[in-house]
Amino acid sequence: MVKVFERPKALADVPTHYCPGCTHGIIHRLIAEVIDELGIVDKTIGVAPVGCAVLAYNYFTCDMQQAAHGRAPAVATGIKRVCPDSAVFTYQGDGDLASIGCAEIVHAAARSEQITTIFVNNGIYGMTGGQMAPTTLPGDKTTTSPYGRDTSKQGFPIRISEMLATLDGPAYIARVSVHNVANIVRARKAIKKAFEYQLAGKGFTLVEILSTCPTNWGITPIEALNKVKSEMLPYFPLGEIKDIEAGEKK
Amino acid sequence: MGERILMKGNEAIGEAAIKAGCRFFFGYPITPQNELPEYMSRRMPQVDGTFVQAESEIAAINMVYGAAGAGARAMTSSSSPGISLKQEGISYIAGAELPAVIVNIVRGGPGLGGIQPGQGDYFQSVKGGGHGDYRLIVLAPANLQEAVDLVTEAFDLADYYRNPVLILGDGLLGQMMEPVEFKATKLRELPAKEWATNGLRNHGGKTNIINSLVLDPHGLEEHNIRLQEKYARIVEAEQKAEIVDCDDAELAIVAYGSTARIAKTAVTQLRQEGLKVGLIRPISLWPFPVKDFEKVIPTVKSFLTVEMSAGQMVEDVRLTVNGCKPVYFYGRMGGIVPAPEEIAAQVREILGGAK
Repeated sequence: MVKVFERPKALADVPTHYCPGCTHGIIHRLIAEVIDELGIVDKTIGVAPVGCAVLAYNYFTCDMQQAAHGRAPAVATGIKRVCPDSAVFTYQGDGDLASIGCAEIVHAAARSEQITTIFVNNGIYGMTGGQMAPTTLPGDKTTTSPYGRDTSKQGFPIRISEMLATLDGPAYIARVSVHNVANIVRARKAIKKAFEYQLAGKGFTLVEILSTCPTNWGITPIEALNKVKSEMLPYFPLGEIKDIEAGEKK
Repeated sequence: MGERILMKGNEAIGEAAIKAGCRFFFGYPITPQNELPEYMSRRMPQVDGTFVQAESEIAAINMVYGAAGAGARAMTSSSSPGISLKQEGISYIAGAELPAVIVNIVRGGPGLGGIQPGQGDYFQSVKGGGHGDYRLIVLAPANLQEAVDLVTEAFDLADYYRNPVLILGDGLLGQMMEPVEFKATKLRELPAKEWATNGLRNHGGKTNIINSLVLDPHGLEEHNIRLQEKYARIVEAEQKAEIVDCDDAELAIVAYGSTARIAKTAVTQLRQEGLKVGLIRPISLWPFPVKDFEKVIPTVKSFLTVEMSAGQMVEDVRLTVNGCKPVYFYGRMGGIVPAPEEIAAQVREILGGAK
């Protein structure tokens, strides 16, 4: 009998700590599938962030480093400079990357470090219990914006992918989502392209993945997937925002 | 005897690192250490090495974390305010037990302070600096030859103990020129870096993880106990000090780094006057050279600690002397370097000589 579905070898055979309905598990799997498909598990080094994915080092079977909050792109820079023939990726959430780690991601992109950043954007601090993130949508209630994010006092969400795409350094920047099967398939393609570009030495690559946090959003997993589609997509449009092989894209 | 080359302190430290096999330097501009990253930006490409000017001191120390974690000899340098920024990363490096060398060419503080030599970072260097129960090995050279030798030693110690090592210089050492000789010394047998995250293909297929997170409270305590056991081994094996003229000394001056050099001149002057004065110069500030003090404590009548600070190392001197003998202090604040005459006057006053 032909086995049609199995655990990717790059994904460790352990239970994860993620909440029910959280899409981190899907994203982990997509990365692991791409690592398997490219046959690079023995030369991949991942960098785990601070946040919900802090324990990512337990979930991938490649070498892993755990980085300080926001510093994953700097840590990845150090690794990649020592191991230029390796594939190095960072896995970061929106608090980690878009808030405390803004300088590190901007300059890694500007230097065109040969790394791939997987930027998981669910618009909230998950691990610490649901505080406002730089990507929290206007009006959304969090534990530190209990009356809803008031843009007159708390500013506006940052569109990281569009911001980084203004730089000359990045080779590939895409925003994808995992709220339904069609988008999961597109997300996988984008992740694969990012890793391929890195391995070909084309430059810095980043895939922003819109993700859910049913626990801290205070809604069911189904409602969370619907919120991605109806509320996040209008603010964070999907697509390949920069691809040096295809020229600038909208 | 090899070739002696006249070099500026910051540049000599850089060359020593390259001679020690360091091929990865991550820096950021701040006075008075700028010649070090500048030198590395020239030299690293010549030796197939890597120089990255990071976007901040924070990024630079985290690049060191990544590079050291991947198994390379990696280094960063800065001066006081920049070293403050690196503390988070230094704590992570200590927690993850990575070998790395950090150079602090100290200036006066607090805050932005000044750009002249200071020694006000002693507490930060030897008492923690960042969060958590960790220790850096802290080495304080007093001249450029020693700085060069200690850089070699620092990389060895870092690899041997899997622990960050701090070279604590100051603006005087960084900026002065002296002849130096780069010696090819093999100091100790070093273990292979089987823990490095350089890809499964390089270490037999087992997943390596560089990490300082231990969520299980018992696991965290065990991790800390293991770190403390390592620190105890370092305390036992790695104390270093220079003792000058203490055999018959009534008073021992205690000073480190540039200040010790000035104090040595004062000792010579005072000896010529017939005063029985010696010098204890801690070279390892952590571990503090308690064993060297123990040799001197029974015979001297008092100690005078001299620092370019409001008095920081003096606390460790008092802990070490533990009330057995009086410990006096003389300090000039960061930016002002004490003159030998000032130190000599303090000694005369303590010994009851001419005012």
